[in-house]
Amino acid sequence: MENSTIAAISTAQGNAGISVIRVSGDKAVEICNKIFVPYGKKYLSDLAGYSCAYGKIVSNGEKIDECVATVFLAPHSYTGENVVELSCHGGLVVTKQVLRVVIDNGARLADAGEFTKRAFLNGKLDLTQAEAVMDIISAKSNNALKAANKAKEGVLSKKISGIREELLIQAGHLSAWADYPEEDIPEIDNKVLSEKLTNIKADLQTLIGNYDSGQAIKSGIDTVIVGKPNVGKSTLMNLISGYEKSIVTDIAGTTRDVVEETVTVGNVILNLSDTAGIHEADNEVEKIGVDKAKSKLYNAMLILAVFDMGEAFSNEDKEILENIGDTPFVAIINKSDLEPKLDTEKIRKYTDNIVFMSAKNDEGTEELTKLIEKIYNTTDFDYSSGVLFNERQLSLAKSALQSVEEAISALKNNITLDAVTVTIEDAISYLLELTGERATEKVVDKVFHNFCVGK
Amino acid sequence: MKTYLAGNYDVAVIGAGHAGIEAALSAARLSCKTAVFTINNDAVGNCPCNPSIGGTAKGHLVREIDALGGEMGKTADECLLQMRMLNKGKGPAVHSLRAQIDRRRYSETMKNKLELQENLDLRQAEITDIERTDDGQWLLTTRMLAQFKCKTVIIATGTYLGGRIYVGEVSFESGPDGIFPASFLGESLRKLGVKTRRFKTGTPARVLRSSVDFSELEVQKGDEPVIPFSFDTTKKLENKVDCHISYTNERTKKIILDNIDRSPLYGGKIEGVGPRYCPSLEDKIVRFSEKERHQLFIEPCGENTQELYLQGMSSSLPEEVQLAFYHTIKGLENCLVMRPAYAIEYDCIDPTALKQTLEFADFEGLYGAGQFNGSSGYEEAAAQGLIAGINAALKVKGKEPFILDRASSYIGTLIDDLVTKGANEPYRMMTSRSEYRLILRQDNADERLTPFGYELGLISEERYKRFTDKQEKIKQELQRVQSTVISPSKELSDILVSRETSDVTTGIHLVDLIKRPELSYDVLAPIDKDRPSLDKAIFEQVEITVKYEGYIKKQLSAVETMRKLETKLLPEDIDYKDVTGLRLEAGEKLAKIRPRSIGQASRISGVSPADISVLLIYLAKVGGKHDE
Repeated sequence: MENSTIAAISTAQGNAGISVIRVSGDKAVEICNKIFVPYGKKYLSDLAGYSCAYGKIVSNGEKIDECVATVFLAPHSYTGENVVELSCHGGLVVTKQVLRVVIDNGARLADAGEFTKRAFLNGKLDLTQAEAVMDIISAKSNNALKAANKAKEGVLSKKISGIREELLIQAGHLSAWADYPEEDIPEIDNKVLSEKLTNIKADLQTLIGNYDSGQAIKSGIDTVIVGKPNVGKSTLMNLISGYEKSIVTDIAGTTRDVVEETVTVGNVILNLSDTAGIHEADNEVEKIGVDKAKSKLYNAMLILAVFDMGEAFSNEDKEILENIGDTPFVAIINKSDLEPKLDTEKIRKYTDNIVFMSAKNDEGTEELTKLIEKIYNTTDFDYSSGVLFNERQLSLAKSALQSVEEAISALKNNITLDAVTVTIEDAISYLLELTGERATEKVVDKVFHNFCVGK
Repeated sequence: MKTYLAGNYDVAVIGAGHAGIEAALSAARLSCKTAVFTINNDAVGNCPCNPSIGGTAKGHLVREIDALGGEMGKTADECLLQMRMLNKGKGPAVHSLRAQIDRRRYSETMKNKLELQENLDLRQAEITDIERTDDGQWLLTTRMLAQFKCKTVIIATGTYLGGRIYVGEVSFESGPDGIFPASFLGESLRKLGVKTRRFKTGTPARVLRSSVDFSELEVQKGDEPVIPFSFDTTKKLENKVDCHISYTNERTKKIILDNIDRSPLYGGKIEGVGPRYCPSLEDKIVRFSEKERHQLFIEPCGENTQELYLQGMSSSLPEEVQLAFYHTIKGLENCLVMRPAYAIEYDCIDPTALKQTLEFADFEGLYGAGQFNGSSGYEEAAAQGLIAGINAALKVKGKEPFILDRASSYIGTLIDDLVTKGANEPYRMMTSRSEYRLILRQDNADERLTPFGYELGLISEERYKRFTDKQEKIKQELQRVQSTVISPSKELSDILVSRETSDVTTGIHLVDLIKRPELSYDVLAPIDKDRPSLDKAIFEQVEITVKYEGYIKKQLSAVETMRKLETKLLPEDIDYKDVTGLRLEAGEKLAKIRPRSIGQASRISGVSPADISVLLIYLAKVGGKHDE
């Protein structure tokens, strides 16, 4: 069984000063040795790990580029395999040429994420770290990068291991107590156990609660701008996204489709949709736009509802507010430069998140930013508290939480401890699945580590 | 020297300990011509470690053996001195029976059962050589130069294989209890290509009853009434003896620590790996130095002997040191030690060399069972013996093998753990090793396994009829409690209030009352006017089914998920080198363990979920076999 050697350009493509080609696999050194001619005495195959050589890349006797080659020997590399990194000087064309030569000499082009996948398979990263690397690669903002980096450092794994360790201690005690009734293992105190589980529950809840902030920082919040026609939704959209995308006219009903844009508002990424104004449309094309807007409205994670300061509160405004339901929203009172005719108290009945803006004059964006950051709790977001980064992780964390809650309620209802133990072990195995590990042996180890048992 | 051909057998069992007995009986009962060889006929079913059978999770094993038609439970009931149900109040999943037995009587009873068994020859002979014949059978040679040609062989050598005893600086080749060891078979197996390693275990001292002062010791009595191990035992059993409890103290600890360098374990003389859960007293004191005292149980060895067993005090320290520390313990100040404690080291195998039938993957027709496979304990041994015996017999008859999965039993869990994960120390069964323990209870072992025992031919028609009658009664009683409505009454309210659970004002289904943790079948008897008169075991089944319904359902759905992977079989001739995309480590592990199914593969440490995906893709490509 042979692991193929893979290669890819691993820096951002473009006319950067240096681009790096990473080659990983059993034959990484062998392949690069064939195309790299050192200026010094040592060939790549002579180098120890963590060392580099300066030389040229040649193909059919011709020099393609000069480069620094760094050699990492398994298992001390990112992927855990032999790795050579070729740092070339050239631009895109030359870099691609070098990659071509590497592939011609026996490597194959790496699939997306394959280096990270190998790092995971070789135990260099756990699942949450590997997922974080993927997030770093696709990070959309500085904060996304910061959070992804924290995850790669293993903040999430550490957080989860911490919670799991607490559960293991309880499961270990319960198992020792059940498996060694004739040793003097301390009795299980239901009250103490219940308190411990309640603390664990709180930790899991914090972790799950952070998910929305994590999403806000990482993938963006699906946001819809709504409002009756011509309140200035498109102007607002353009203001936030920085350039004109929606067609802005004075004629109500100009925006007939849902315009989508990813924008950064302070710390938060918004996946923004400007919608056709919600009103009874009279032509067919506009009707489709309105229907689409309504369905978007119900799927949104955040709603920016726009109102016109210069017009009285109308039935349409009321309908919008009532349709929002439980989704978090901000009421934007636009055209604050106009003479106030709107009774803002009627809006205040629905929310305290009110911002006065003049989108046209670029006034009020700062307030809007602060308010959104406040809603997603990202202003002082503590990256070290661990962030669940995707739906897979979220759903496993939720299952673990549910098991812990079941255990607590079983204790409260005086269900026997064998059932409580099984429920705690369920929670442990969900968390092990989250980080990509497994269960039961760990409980057994715990028993022997902490208790003096055995006849 | 000249050998002679002494006979042919379908199944030959080497060793007549707990594994060998069950192996020999089951093979013979499945009408195979069977021999069981033992170094000493008087050591059949010996209990050299302790005079008890059962205990947590081990009690489950005994009941499962019984439910399949094995002998251990019945014989333990026949030789009972005291029975206790451990873990009462901790929930039905962890209830376990533990019996003190008369160990001489146990040994004699088992020997007699072997003697009386049709198709079975009990032979006192040390097997010194094993070799493969040209026609794919096995040739066993005894020390007396007799040769037996056998279709299948089950090795159940316990602690005899290359046995060596250690007491402080003294060490010598020996089997347990001064019986001579099997000194040649190990070498013969290694020559064949079987890899062996050394494990270690130990046993405490025996002291003279009249030299022990019981006056200040805590008494431990048996439970009344006695619940027997065997679903077949109908005779009322009596507790005949008491056990006593004492503790070590600071002086005991000091003597041990002062002499720790004289222990062969700490002095480095023993290379064998000992179990963490059955540690010697010096192990406990060194590893848990903060603990002030350790408990010990003083247990009678039998009705016709004055020897008492000091449970929890196994040691390999020199005899002189042992005497000094026993005398520090309350009750034992003037005890006379009749036999000192000792450690014993022996040859065993890495059980990952075996298949789930306990047959060697590389040696067709050769099986291992018991301590030879790296386990520990009489019950673990007997369980493996039973399965090895059944499978050897099925092999001889050309039938499909009998494999119990993890969700069926502790037996299945034990064997799956051994052959999949291996054992770095003698493996002991524990309830925490089973992920399905709420459904694998000792009380429903018959429901889980007796149909298999019947199908195999190890359960008689008459016993099976009793079993199906019981199941029918359980079903009817369950239906009754589900359909019975109890009207509100003062009598009911009084019960509910006294049990601190909420009162009812309208009619309520009986099942919903039983479900309440504060209530039980017994408590509800006065208001359950139409309750039929049934065996207690039937009420127990209904009560557990009702009370744990939610948990049981959850576990059953986990079992279903597990079994999907368990039925995806991997071809026996699969070459893992051909499976592209498999990591090197995973490929090597899979090639070594040769899992039977994807499910088993997923439990191998070092095989990741990603490797399993690769295997599933490979199976889809080659058109994997499905086990229906």
